[in-house]
Amino acid sequence: MAPEGLTINYTAVVIAAIVGFVGMAIMFGASYLLSPKKRTAIKDMPYECGIPPAPYSWSQLHMRYYIFAILFLIFDVEAVFLFPWALVFLTSIDAVFYEMLLFIGILFFGIIYSWKKGVLQWN
Amino acid sequence: MSLSLVVFYLLGAVCLGGAVGVVVSRNVVHSALLLLVSLMGVAGLYLLLLAEFLALVQVLIYGGAITIIVLFVIMLTRVQEFRAMKDNPQWPLAVVAALAMFVLLAAAMIKGAPSETTRQSVSFEELGSSLFTQWAVPFEVASLVLLVALIGAIVIAREGGEE
Repeated sequence: MAPEGLTINYTAVVIAAIVGFVGMAIMFGASYLLSPKKRTAIKDMPYECGIPPAPYSWSQLHMRYYIFAILFLIFDVEAVFLFPWALVFLTSIDAVFYEMLLFIGILFFGIIYSWKKGVLQWN
Repeated sequence: MSLSLVVFYLLGAVCLGGAVGVVVSRNVVHSALLLLVSLMGVAGLYLLLLAEFLALVQVLIYGGAITIIVLFVIMLTRVQEFRAMKDNPQWPLAVVAALAMFVLLAAAMIKGAPSETTRQSVSFEELGSSLFTQWAVPFEVASLVLLVALIGAIVIAREGGEE
């Protein structure tokens, strides 16, 4: 494999990576250079909507968040399959289109289940 | 040294640096964030091997979802009670396990290393058409696996989380 293919294909990726790193470095550097450096205890306090923050910076989250994280993971996996599907379903046979509908339909049952079980309730 | 070899060593350094950081860091949240660095390095390696779909999966699922899950799990535990990780008395066993794994992987790589091969790019179109025609049934089974994982997680979390 000649390296030329790589440079042609991924120039945009490399540019995005460099711009990302340099941009972050400039932002952090500018903030470091421009900000006044008078630190007080009250200034170092994390900002939380104006109210004094909770006693611990790491307080224990409620179990309910776990379900949302799992739901996010499952539908993230589903979304990954949508990318190759979106490129082929118009040109390929009709069945391809309905396959994805079935795939999403099966996972939609999961949403119905979690709704019925009340895990999407927030009270 | 060709350009791709330079990129490979750079990405390998990112992966290894992140992985060493995960192990060395005394703060679990820092470990989780350094794991993200290592996973992104692996995504770069996939891209270098022209495995674009794997790179996408690595960024979206490992970089996005798995790291989020790891952080959530850390926050679900009572971290304020043990925020700095202490040395575990089981560390000699961990050393033995890690060395055994290393020897196994090194032996596999030395024995089974392919001779000069060329990287082949598989386009998204090719991947999509074979996934949705030739491998349609495993693809649908994957949705069932995901559904079972979802329902299982809900059942476990609801039973464990009842106040």
